[in-house]
Formats: sequence, structure tokens, C-alpha cells
Amino acid sequence: MAETATAEAPPKPAAGGNILQVRNLEAWYGESHILHGINFDVNAGEVVTLLGRNGAGKTTTLKSIMGIIGKRTGSVKFNNEDIIRATSDKIARMGIAFCPEERGIFSSLDVRENLLLPPVVRAGGLPLEQIFDLFPNLKERLNSQGTKLSGGEQQMLAIARILRTGASFLMLDEPTEGLAPVIIQQIGHTIARLKKEGFTILLVEQNFRFASTVADRYYVVEHGKIIDGFANADLAANMDKLHTYLGV
Amino acid sequence: MQALYAQLLVGLINGSFYALLSLGLAVIFGMLNIINFAHGALYMMGAFVAYFLLNNDYLSIGYWPALIVAPIVVGIFGMILERTMLQWLTGLDHLYGLLLTFGIALIVQGVFQNYFGSSGLPYAIPDQLKGGMNLGFMFLPVYRGWVVVFSLIVCIATWFLIEKTRLGAYLRAATENPTLVRAFGINVPRMITLTYGLGVGLAALAGVLSAPINQVRPLMGADLIIVVFAVVVIGGMGSIMGSIITGFALGVIEGLTKYFYPEASNTVVFVLMVLVLLVKPTGLTGRAA
Repeated sequence: MAETATAEAPPKPAAGGNILQVRNLEAWYGESHILHGINFDVNAGEVVTLLGRNGAGKTTTLKSIMGIIGKRTGSVKFNNEDIIRATSDKIARMGIAFCPEERGIFSSLDVRENLLLPPVVRAGGLPLEQIFDLFPNLKERLNSQGTKLSGGEQQMLAIARILRTGASFLMLDEPTEGLAPVIIQQIGHTIARLKKEGFTILLVEQNFRFASTVADRYYVVEHGKIIDGFANADLAANMDKLHTYLGV
Repeated sequence: MQALYAQLLVGLINGSFYALLSLGLAVIFGMLNIINFAHGALYMMGAFVAYFLLNNDYLSIGYWPALIVAPIVVGIFGMILERTMLQWLTGLDHLYGLLLTFGIALIVQGVFQNYFGSSGLPYAIPDQLKGGMNLGFMFLPVYRGWVVVFSLIVCIATWFLIEKTRLGAYLRAATENPTLVRAFGINVPRMITLTYGLGVGLAALAGVLSAPINQVRPLMGADLIIVVFAVVVIGGMGSIMGSIITGFALGVIEGLTKYFYPEASNTVVFVLMVLVLLVKPTGLTGRAA
């Protein structure tokens, strides 16, 4: 079977190499214009976090990159290939994986089926043993119905299932939302470990305290635009600005 | 007693057709969210394709190959319908799909009626299935026994495919959240087309099975589909096993009614439908439409 992936780590792109380049991205939900020209870059091996208030356009940015927003314009280059017109199944097969905010666990599938659902798109995904090592709870509940899991377990399952596909660029939409602190901590450790394994991660977070434990860089999204960006090292210096941006 | 067993057998046979047809409807409804009113016309096409295959002087293809060829031919016809018409209804109200497929059914049936009239064309039972067996308590025509057993096998195989295999997991997942399944790298539109082909193929298979019993008539599906929709309403649209069991069970109930109270045999299914709708509007095993 294709899902018995090899144990080798995902290929590490040249350090600092630009893996995702978003230019002047605009997107619409039906009639409403949500993104008004988003520009940002993600380098290989980085964890980049999009911060912003509710409704700023963070999730829409991820969905537009993934190709699941019907009307989108501008340019999204992944490994120098423009994917703005590609369908989401093609984009997934290029090695981008998406973990949606609502987690998207299927109730008519058991945990094992949920975990094995996304097809392997290239070699280099994490083998199952390593995934169970990261998320031991899942191993004990393989035969449960997917949606019978707790919120935290569902989040782990949603992340776990995209790790074995070989996609090296992960987009996680608010993975800590509504979870207990101890589980947030576990997800933080997981993201740190994935980064070490060579994954590139684009994270959407409201919780910048959590983000600061994993992120290399931040972009701030407001009214469908990127209005600021800074490195994690400059977080303290930008704290006042950030409080204004996020209204916290 | 003989008469009771005979009616039970008739019930099981009707139940086989109900099960095959409502199974296809359930599969199609799950993936496409379309109430496929063309199902009866496609069932009829399956029988006609078998008839053409046999009676064409150049082909002379008999029953056994027709069991495979007819569902494929009609399945391809269905997939063309899906690609050219049904796919544009994605996201619209059920009513549009129902009206479109109802229109397709009328056109298909009209075309066949124009060329073949309304009377039945005979289709011979294959030699291997002629005759009967004396079971002691009743006489069982071999062909009828074959229809029941074969339908049951096809139903169970379809259930297994959908509930127990990887492909079935894709199908079930895409029924819940097609956008996300596509974002995992699966070509969902192609899967939808193939699913429609599968559901339609099951209808055509039922048509071939029915040809030697019921003759081949342009309106053979129109008569049957009304009862099948009642079966689907009773069983509920969402469940595969539910539609199989309900199909067979209602066939048997109909048969029993024919024995105990023949006057009600044509209406018993509809009476049950009304009762189920009153008590559990989503059907016995179904999810909300």
C-alpha cells in the first residue's frame, strides 16, 4: 500500500529558500470582497503566523492558497509555480496540506479511516508509528467514530492525518481554539517537533502567546490586507502595536 | 400454504428490485444530493439494452454478458447526463434535481414508447436457469431463485464497497464534506460522476434481471419507481444497509398482504410510508434531506 511511507524525513529545501510567495491576493465569498491584496512570503522550514482579529481575512487567506475559495485573483507561487488557478486537489498533490479551523473530522468514518483518508501525495510523510508517538491517544481510539473524540483529540487527528501524506507545507487554522491549556501545550510541542523535522508551517492564530512559542515570524492581517510583519525576536518591541491591532 | 410461499417468493423478488433500485438512489442522493427521478427510466434502459444485445443479428449477445454490458452501457449514459447536466445543479435546492431528472425520465420513456409502443417485448430466460425445483413445501422456479440470490449478493457487495473499503471511505467522507476531501488531493468531481454511474448501473442491472420476468416495456420503470420512492422514504435516504433491508422487507410485506388481504396489496407500501412519515419523517434509518 502507498501509505506505508518511508521513514526518511521530508526533503529539506535549501535554508531560507522561498517556498510560498503571495502577491496581491484578492478573494470573494459570493458578493463580498474579503481579501484586498494580500502580500507575504514564507521561507522553507519556517513557522509563520498570521495574526489578526476575527473576520480580518486570515482563514480566507489559507483557503485561497488551498484553492477552495471560488473567486480569487492575484498570484500565489508555491515552489515558483503559480497555483492561483489550480483546483484544490491539484494544489494538495503539489504538497500543501490544510487543517481547517472546524477540524473537519468525518463522523461516518472511524478514527483509523479518518487518519488514512488523505492520500499520500509524495514520499517523505511521517510513518504511522511516528504519528502515534506524537499523538498516543489516537492509537487507543482507532476504532471509535471520528466525532466521538474529544475536541483536543479531534484536533490531534486533524493534524495527524495530514502528516503522513508527504506534504511538507502545512497550513493550520487556529489549532488551539477552544482547547485546554495542557492540550495547547501538547500541540505547541508537536509544531516545534514538526519544524525540526523540516516541515514549513503557516499558522493562523488569535492566541499570540501560543504563537510566540512556535513562530519565527508574524504577519498582521486587517481588513483583508497585511498591515505589518516582524520576526519573533522583535515581538517584545512590537507588543504595544500588537495590542492595538488585535484589540487585546 | 402453497399460495403463501408463492406470494412470499413474489415478495422477495419484488424486494430484490426495490433493494437494488433504492440502494442506487441512496448512493446517488448521498454523493450528488439529487433525488434521481430518472432511475426508473434507466432501469428500463437496462432491460432494453439486454433486449437489443440479444436480438441484434450481428451481436446476439445473451443474458450472461448482458448482465455486465448493460449496466456499463447505461452507466456511461448516466455519467454523460451527470457531466452535461446534473453537475450544474450542485448546491441548488433538491427541487431542481428532481425536476431535471423527472424531465429526463419523461424524454427517455417517450423516445422508447415512440419506437416500441407500450406493449411488452419478450426476453427469454437463459437455458441454464430454466425449469424449477421442488423444495418439498413449494415449487421454486430457478430463475426467480437466482434473481433473489444474485440481488442479495450485489447489494451486500455494494454495501461492503461503501462501508468497508478505502474507496468507500472517500465516498462517505465526500458525502459529508466534499470541499475538504478535494483539498486532500482527491478528484471529487470525477468521483461524483463515477458514483452516479454506479447507482445508474445498479438500476440497469435490476432491469436486466427483471427482463425475463416482467417483459421489456418502455414504462416498466415508471410503474416501479413510484413504489421504490415510497421504499426510500420509509427506509431513509442516508443509509446503505437501511435501503437494502427496507427494500427486501417491503417486498415481503407486500407479498404477505397479497396473501392475507389482497385488496390492500397495492397500497400497503404507501400506507406504511404515511405512518413512517408521521412518526419519523427522516425514515427509519435515514438522515435529514
